[in-house]
Amino acid sequence: MKLTGRRIYKGKTEGEALVTTQSISFYGGVDPENGIVVEKGHELEGQSIVDKILVFPSGKGSTVGSYVLYQMAKTGKGPKGLILKDCEAIVAVGCIIGEIPCVDQIDISQISTGMKLSIDANNATVQVQ
Amino acid sequence: MELTTEEQEMAEGKYGEATRKAMEILITLGEIYGAKRLIEITSVQVAGVSYANLNEPGLDWLADMANDGRVRVFTTLNPAGMDLEEWRKLAINEEFARNQQRVVDAFGRMGIITTCSCTPYLYGNLPHYGQHIAWSESSAVCYANSVLGARTNREGGPSALSAALVGKTPEYGFHLEENRQPEIRINVKTQVKGTYQFGALGKVLGDRLGDKITYITGIPKATVEELKSFCASYATYGGVALFHMEGITPDRVKKIPDESIDVTDADMKKAFSELDDDTEIDFISLGCPHASLSELEYIAKKLEGKKINPKKEVWITTARPTKQIADRMGFTKMIEDSGAKIAADTCCVVAPIKGRFHGLASDSAKMCYYGSGRNKFSVKLMSMDKCLEEAME
Repeated sequence: MKLTGRRIYKGKTEGEALVTTQSISFYGGVDPENGIVVEKGHELEGQSIVDKILVFPSGKGSTVGSYVLYQMAKTGKGPKGLILKDCEAIVAVGCIIGEIPCVDQIDISQISTGMKLSIDANNATVQVQ
Repeated sequence: MELTTEEQEMAEGKYGEATRKAMEILITLGEIYGAKRLIEITSVQVAGVSYANLNEPGLDWLADMANDGRVRVFTTLNPAGMDLEEWRKLAINEEFARNQQRVVDAFGRMGIITTCSCTPYLYGNLPHYGQHIAWSESSAVCYANSVLGARTNREGGPSALSAALVGKTPEYGFHLEENRQPEIRINVKTQVKGTYQFGALGKVLGDRLGDKITYITGIPKATVEELKSFCASYATYGGVALFHMEGITPDRVKKIPDESIDVTDADMKKAFSELDDDTEIDFISLGCPHASLSELEYIAKKLEGKKINPKKEVWITTARPTKQIADRMGFTKMIEDSGAKIAADTCCVVAPIKGRFHGLASDSAKMCYYGSGRNKFSVKLMSMDKCLEEAME
């Protein structure tokens, strides 16, 4: 299955999907030291986003979240790529400065955790294997 | 988005690597939000200064940008994680101090005026009605849009910096007249007075309506200090960038919305009860947003000749220029002789104080939010007078 969306930041990557139907706040919601979701009551609480393709509806919370994404990308504690329904400024800026491949406007209900995904952000496509 | 020849060249790297990266951010945001072009701005306020939030990777990114990035418009800076001169007084450790100074130096190299204040409008970055600006710092964004009638989106640190390096911002959101009209009318049916009550009102509206643009009636008057407290709280609890307040804010409202809700005494009491943990207070924080001169004068006169309880810590956060005038007027001495501390350049939202205190009292609803969330303190929202009484008890 091939899904097409909109390119937020260029690049190609592949990996295992980690999917949530809830928005993510990277500042305060994810521990940049180990990439574990720490937001209380979040569907992904306690799970690691390291080296995953993180699939979620949107970002939320403080704009410091952009720097958190950047920090995780630089220290290897971040996701390989991001797929969103609607990308907003916090995540977009985090992907640009962290050089994380990112595509949005994807029907994320088609993707489940554990699926193998390839992102070709240059062409704004996601291949689900 | 349509780009001019110069903008195209900036995007291609002809004006240096930092400008190229800045254009990449601005163009991506413009495309996400459907902007047709970039527009010139008259000033920028950059947030994301505390080393506690940036850490080493964030600092690396800023240092890279500072290699060849220089601002093209007047740009001021948000608070740092410490008083840049008297950080030892606040028991900040030496390593943090060194790193924090590196962050501020990187901003300085880019030509940013290192005001280190969240109230740029009190220190010479004062846009007038209708001017396009690109500000980060949510409380200042809300103040600039609503109270001053300038036009800005809620920028993050990197997007505000990008706008500063290019001198432009994508035209979308609050830059466009049609996106600034109120969606719902608020009838305030209770008296609201003092920074703490205005903060509570911001929480009531933010919790209830999120970032809907409101048209607020029933507030006959408000001071600058009350409005800055309201903006800080409303932006914190609701993510609000713009409101209208009848008789106080300047934006031209085309139509007052038919849909309305009332804010009553009971709503205000509920907000206060939610910011009233049963706790022993050991930390009193005033000056969120940064204390104005008139607030410092007020506090100085309240504390003159008195002593605060040595078991309690009192921080009054403000901007360097305010502190300097307070020094001249003798306010600093009156305050510090009591045992309270004036902390310039910083604020309790971004300073590394997690774990140092347990119970926080403040007249700022925003401070209470970050005190309980980020720093895990128990919190109590109360008037400035009550905070000072608490400090002396």
